[in-house]
Amino acid sequence: MNGLFESGFMLIVGLTIAGLVIFGLMAAIAIIAVYIERKVSAFMQDRIGPMGQGAGLHAGKWGLLQTVADSLKLLLKEDIIPKAADRKLFILAPYIIFIAAFIAIAALPFNQVLIAVNLNIGVFYILAVSSLGIIGLILAGWASDNKWSLYGGMRSAAQIISYEIPAALSIVSVIMLTGTLSMQGIIQSQAGTILGFIPNWTIFNNPFSFIAFFVFFIAGVAETNRTPFDIPEAESELVAGFHTEYSGMRWAFFFLSEYANMFVVCGVTVTAFLGGWLSPISGVMDSPTWGLFWFMSKIGVLIFIMMWFRWTFPRLRVDQLMNVSWKYLLPIALFNIFGVGLWILLVG
Amino acid sequence: MSIIRGEEMVLNIGPQHPSTHGVLRLKVKTDGEIVSEITPVIGYLHRCFEKHCENITYEQVIPYTDRCDYIAAMNNSFGYVIAIEEMMDIHVPERVEYIRVIMAELNRIASHLLALGTNGLDIGAFTPFLYMFRDREYILDLFETVCGARLLYNYMWVGGLSHDLPVGFVEAAYKFLDNFEPQIDEYNNLLMYNKIFVERTADVGVLPADVAINYGVSGPNLRGSGVKWDLRKNEPYSIYDRFEFDIPVGEGIMGSVGDCWDRYWVRIQEMRESVKIVRQALKQLPSEGDIHEAIPRKIRPPKGSIYKRTESPRGDLGYYIVSDGKPKPFRVKMRSPAFTAMSVLDEISRGWMLSDVLAILGSLDIVLGEIDR
Repeated sequence: MNGLFESGFMLIVGLTIAGLVIFGLMAAIAIIAVYIERKVSAFMQDRIGPMGQGAGLHAGKWGLLQTVADSLKLLLKEDIIPKAADRKLFILAPYIIFIAAFIAIAALPFNQVLIAVNLNIGVFYILAVSSLGIIGLILAGWASDNKWSLYGGMRSAAQIISYEIPAALSIVSVIMLTGTLSMQGIIQSQAGTILGFIPNWTIFNNPFSFIAFFVFFIAGVAETNRTPFDIPEAESELVAGFHTEYSGMRWAFFFLSEYANMFVVCGVTVTAFLGGWLSPISGVMDSPTWGLFWFMSKIGVLIFIMMWFRWTFPRLRVDQLMNVSWKYLLPIALFNIFGVGLWILLVG
Repeated sequence: MSIIRGEEMVLNIGPQHPSTHGVLRLKVKTDGEIVSEITPVIGYLHRCFEKHCENITYEQVIPYTDRCDYIAAMNNSFGYVIAIEEMMDIHVPERVEYIRVIMAELNRIASHLLALGTNGLDIGAFTPFLYMFRDREYILDLFETVCGARLLYNYMWVGGLSHDLPVGFVEAAYKFLDNFEPQIDEYNNLLMYNKIFVERTADVGVLPADVAINYGVSGPNLRGSGVKWDLRKNEPYSIYDRFEFDIPVGEGIMGSVGDCWDRYWVRIQEMRESVKIVRQALKQLPSEGDIHEAIPRKIRPPKGSIYKRTESPRGDLGYYIVSDGKPKPFRVKMRSPAFTAMSVLDEISRGWMLSDVLAILGSLDIVLGEIDR
């Protein structure tokens, strides 16, 4: 790879292409995920969801083009910036959130070869950059000059910082097992089987990593502000939370980043605990193409579970949310590190 | 204590807000997330109900009563028409009494479904809300077959009803009840016993019985506080003394008596009781009979006044009607149970968090149409 990027020009071209691919991927993920979310919620709620029977622009069979039409609408909408808002910060905020999600995707391994930057500290990098989004949330909350937005921004800052700790600690227990911070390295160390038929994924490795998976996934749901942890944008309390004042394309950027964040969190969960692009049956269907398929379908299952949460659970209160993190998840995560250490010492 | 002194922030919830159940405005003083004072500001839906009544005939008031509590229009006109009938000493036929009770109880179920669903929605549970609306829809379909309207029925008239029951109504009602009863358990498993829901509602917004009585709170909110008071039992009107049903009261199963969870639970139990009443009424319903009592062409109650109260889904709904012997009422005053329920909000939400205030407001089940009138 270094050979390819020897000249500065080639480096820029390479980065631009990678950037465009990731941007296209993010947009595609968001559009597909929003469609799936609407359909999943519809089926859970005894409705049929978007069916594209409206007048004018026909939203395709089964409403397949509904989200495309919605995105077009958002592009064409008037961009409103409140008079009292801090103009610069107001404009800046959605991009910061977007960039945080954008650069995190760069380190996700889609299969054996498809990874934008194969960092040797990939997990660390993703955990670090995904925290950047908080700055955007606080900026959006503050710059809007709206009390609801302020509440939303403050809540989300407290929430995401609290939940990053158990998330990072449960990743630590994975790193102890795999002995590497590289995303590809973590996946490769999960190859093979236990007892001949169970895939040797981290989640099945030992009881402690099994618990660590749930700790990480719950913390991940909280970090993406999804129900039951959606207090920063709780629509029945805070109207829309930190993005109350946003409209049009800026609002779409928040939306896009939400789904991209879901994808990143699920991607990290899959990489760290569910064997990444490894096939569930060891040695069968493990070409790079199948790798992409396995990676995406594992993420799909996790995203579906997140949607299932959202359309089933009520919302926690802000102090209860902190309790879950500090009183339950954090001690469990710390205990897990200890347990994994013992396991490595005793079992090997 | 601390060097930095924060100020209290005044937050305006509403009149346009997703969880104010209409156009209520709450002036909330907050210290961070903690609420220290709430001032409800009402009047955004004021339609001069009481003044209007002085300028229209007695029959013309009935559609207005529908529009006061638009969630339970049947119950609202029920109270008004039996007040006029008592003034004029009219005794309606048996069949009319039974049909009125069936309609009132079906509407009570519909109203409670909406109250429970939106209470869940305030706490963030979207799906149970839609399930409850689905079942409410079946009741509205039944009403539509009866009188053509789905929300504002104008069905109960002085001395009778606007229409007789259509062919097949009894079977359709039985079918609905059979389908609906198991649904209640589904809602409970999905929402009422959900750990997060219990965390959010148990021990939150406790309304002690003495405070409830002092404020004049009635209906499910009062019964949630453990007071066994239901006008259908305590002061039976119409033919409610003929049916067997229980009055569920809050028992503090998940927290303490009178919390949000108890109010939710009482409404769930009341739906079961209403199903019982409707079943009995459908069974005893005379198959033949007139739906109009012979009444004078012009309704003109004798001079005097009456205060008649009935148990609407929101509580003790009273009508004070003064007649001066003319075809138009001299004065009509409506005692709204939702208004008293809202007045207790400040008392029980102080010290709770912003999210709790909306959960408490949802559990009190207010309807702004009735508060503003």
